[in-house]
Amino acid sequence: MTTFPNLLQRSFLEVPERVSIILQHAGQADQPLTYRQLVLGANQYALTYAREGIQPGEVILLILEHGQDLVFAFWGAVLHGAIPAIMPFLSEKLSPERYRTDLASLISITKPSAIITSAEFESEARSALVPGDSVRKVIVTGAIEPQTEPDLESLPGMKAGPDDIVLLQHSSGTTGLQKGVALSHQAVLNQLQAYSRAIQLDPEKDVIVSWLPLYHDMGLISCFLMPILLRVPVVEMSPFDWVRAPYKLMQSVSQYKGTLSWLPNFAYNFCAGKIRERNLEGVDLSTWRAIINCSEPVHAESHSLFAEKFEKFGLRPQALQTSYAMAENVFGVTQSSLENGPAVDEIDRASFMTNRVATPPTAGRPAMKMLSSGRPLDNTKVRIVNENGEDIPDRLVGEIMLQSNCMLTGYYNRPDATESALRNGWYLTGDYGYLANGELYVSGRKKDMIIVGGKNIYPQDLESLTSEVPGVHPGRTVAFGLYDEEAGTEEVVIIAEADSEDPAEQEVIADAIRRHVTKSSAIALRHVKVVGEKWIVKTSSGKTARSANKEKFIRELNE
Amino acid sequence: MTEEITSVLAKFIAEKILKQAKKVIGPDEALISSGLVDSFSLMDLALFVEDTFGVRIEDTELNAQTFDNLSQLTALIVSRQK
Repeated sequence: MTTFPNLLQRSFLEVPERVSIILQHAGQADQPLTYRQLVLGANQYALTYAREGIQPGEVILLILEHGQDLVFAFWGAVLHGAIPAIMPFLSEKLSPERYRTDLASLISITKPSAIITSAEFESEARSALVPGDSVRKVIVTGAIEPQTEPDLESLPGMKAGPDDIVLLQHSSGTTGLQKGVALSHQAVLNQLQAYSRAIQLDPEKDVIVSWLPLYHDMGLISCFLMPILLRVPVVEMSPFDWVRAPYKLMQSVSQYKGTLSWLPNFAYNFCAGKIRERNLEGVDLSTWRAIINCSEPVHAESHSLFAEKFEKFGLRPQALQTSYAMAENVFGVTQSSLENGPAVDEIDRASFMTNRVATPPTAGRPAMKMLSSGRPLDNTKVRIVNENGEDIPDRLVGEIMLQSNCMLTGYYNRPDATESALRNGWYLTGDYGYLANGELYVSGRKKDMIIVGGKNIYPQDLESLTSEVPGVHPGRTVAFGLYDEEAGTEEVVIIAEADSEDPAEQEVIADAIRRHVTKSSAIALRHVKVVGEKWIVKTSSGKTARSANKEKFIRELNE
Repeated sequence: MTEEITSVLAKFIAEKILKQAKKVIGPDEALISSGLVDSFSLMDLALFVEDTFGVRIEDTELNAQTFDNLSQLTALIVSRQK
């Protein structure tokens, strides 16, 4: 069995001049990096880690923006045999205090020995450190070793074993940052084999185009590790640039004859709604053979909007595909068939809503369309179980469980979280869905996670932030997601009980909640409702019942 | 004239972006750096400005350095309408 450094070494020796990654920055010329340049840059970082006394097997946090330093620092860690973990960069709307708190809490659990960041961010990173913590070095990108001819055999990463942990992947927020998904070389490579078979990946013909951030599994695995390890060229733009100019994705696909992209559902609506045709002049999307929707619930309407908008630019509607993916399985769990596209299952709405069963529609009764996430990858088994953990028949909704040869090693330094996520070697996804004709339909979530634009948000994080706002009854707050059809993703709703029944005062508190929660979580809130005492529904044990409160909120909204 | 632009912008942001029609946005209230207008909504604002006032804001200008409040955005629009 092989490892990441083995594969990188082979590419360095066999195809040094082949372009691996093309980095795009707004307002600058594109920057192609060959395998030779990639290894030269990674080697500089590997030597730097050695100079700074970082040991193989130790965790290195990468707090870097989109660009070549992030690429080199990551692969340098791999060549050094250390474990890289890419962190989101501090965004301008997030308060530095909160970022510091989250970073400090992550450090206390993950125990990294070093942080790599830019000179501008150095003082910010240092301010999260406390005496006695694990971080021995903060290394800035300007202080790395000069370029030399790599002696790969001498680098400690070459001695890594397939079962060693190669990287950590975190989701965002206070809760997410405390659960780093630890993945082994073997697990990632098994996933890449199975996934690349499912999409018939061809290094000679495929070109991946991406704007996805690398701190998220979709960007990290499908648009960074897979292309680099399997020698498929990848064009990467910054998520920051894309969100301000979504047409750049289409221009890059056209320019580089891109064939594959992965997008969260909201991006289909976003591109369809916010791109001006003047930015698409001369754009040809006919090479795009698969645009894969994953990381948040998939919606057929979002595909229709996208197809309608871009068909006249050569987009083939059959390129619109789906996948169900999660970091705990490295990435993909299922993939729709690239020949046939995702199946659409038309079902009876009432039976689905009330009896949790997906039956064919009956004439004269309202029906609904479910979009399939495809079939399990050939290395992954999927089961649907009831609350007792027993398998249930096709078309009944239950919790999705999975088992594969590419599962997480564990949540890093969190044996408690690992134990509660696994049952007899199966991972409990916390998602609901059903199977029909071998296709998986994901229908909802058991856990109360909110997914906005592909980003996982834990409601308890937002609720505790809301409780910090003066005038709010601590503990009397609730946060949940509400699907917005226009945006193609969930919007965050926060309800907070306050002493005051005065609407003007409640408005002031609502504003304060918006400011505080956004500053502390970098999440924009759509609905903030401040209510009087006893509005919020609690369970008999005193816990907040999010779904009951959501129903009540929707009822009042429609009144 | 500038007051009218400011009030049209304020109305759009309150109603369409924040979905709080009653919210009053002060001319100097921070919009981008405060996170009030998130990055996904910046495009909406740019498209609205273009359609309503015939003024283009380039994607590289969609940041708090170019404008961060209604007064600055209004000034930008007025300067480009000439």
